[in-house]
Amino acid sequence: MKNAHNPEVEAEYIRRILAGEKQLFHDLIRPCERPIFFLLMSILRNEADAEDAAQETVVKIYLNLHLFRGESQFRTWALSIARNEGLGRLRKAETRREDSLDAITEDQGGDFTPAILTSWREVPNQALEQKELAAVLRQAIDGLPEIYRNVVLLRDIEEMDVRETAAALGIAEGAVKVRLHRARALLQRSLAPRLKGFAPKRGKLFGWGR
Amino acid sequence: MRIDCKHVWEHISAYIDGDVGAGLRAEIDKHLETCEICSAVLDSTRNVVVLYADDRVFELPTGFSERLHGRLEKEMKASGP
Repeated sequence: MKNAHNPEVEAEYIRRILAGEKQLFHDLIRPCERPIFFLLMSILRNEADAEDAAQETVVKIYLNLHLFRGESQFRTWALSIARNEGLGRLRKAETRREDSLDAITEDQGGDFTPAILTSWREVPNQALEQKELAAVLRQAIDGLPEIYRNVVLLRDIEEMDVRETAAALGIAEGAVKVRLHRARALLQRSLAPRLKGFAPKRGKLFGWGR
Repeated sequence: MRIDCKHVWEHISAYIDGDVGAGLRAEIDKHLETCEICSAVLDSTRNVVVLYADDRVFELPTGFSERLHGRLEKEMKASGP
């Protein structure tokens, strides 16, 4: 579920949970499960670790619910707890990968020139029924430096807005925009040549998806 | 002032998000009318963004939600009434 959350409904849920209707927490957290897991996947890069960290995060959210002040969206607050959990685990394991050092310098060099094409035939979403296409898209994200991966994950995959992404990652809105721009440029460059094969063949416009 | 391709590429992400001013948008639109390279770069970038928004690209592991709520249930019992 990616729809915008209603802060009043959330506040009411939280009030009732804290007053003893614990079971409501299951419903409150459900819309946050996906972004929590994939943010942790982006940080930890391992499915088992990300799942374990996601469980730990959700338990922490539950136990600390009384600390939520409603100054941000609930999901934003939940994601910042997930990020702390992920980063804490990285530090503890001392397995911080080299690309995490990127976080220190925003203005690092790099070539963000797009793949040059003279025409583009759109790859329709129906093409995702082919498992290889989804795999190609996942691989491309996996190849991004972490600071870009986290941003593209929250903005383009979980469709969060710039403000919420900035708050969840603890960075400025300007940094979200710069990183997203670079991530998209890197993705376009690596994907454009590979995606061409997934576009519908010419002359079969009406037969697509049947 | 006519803008060049490199200038367009710098703003492509903001353009897709509707986050450029009216003046710059008009310049970019004018450039796109005659530049097939920038049009293709824009279309392919936008296509990539649209594909990533599809839930089928990233799916939660099978049983993820059940295990998560199971764990939560245990914590709720442990933390008293």
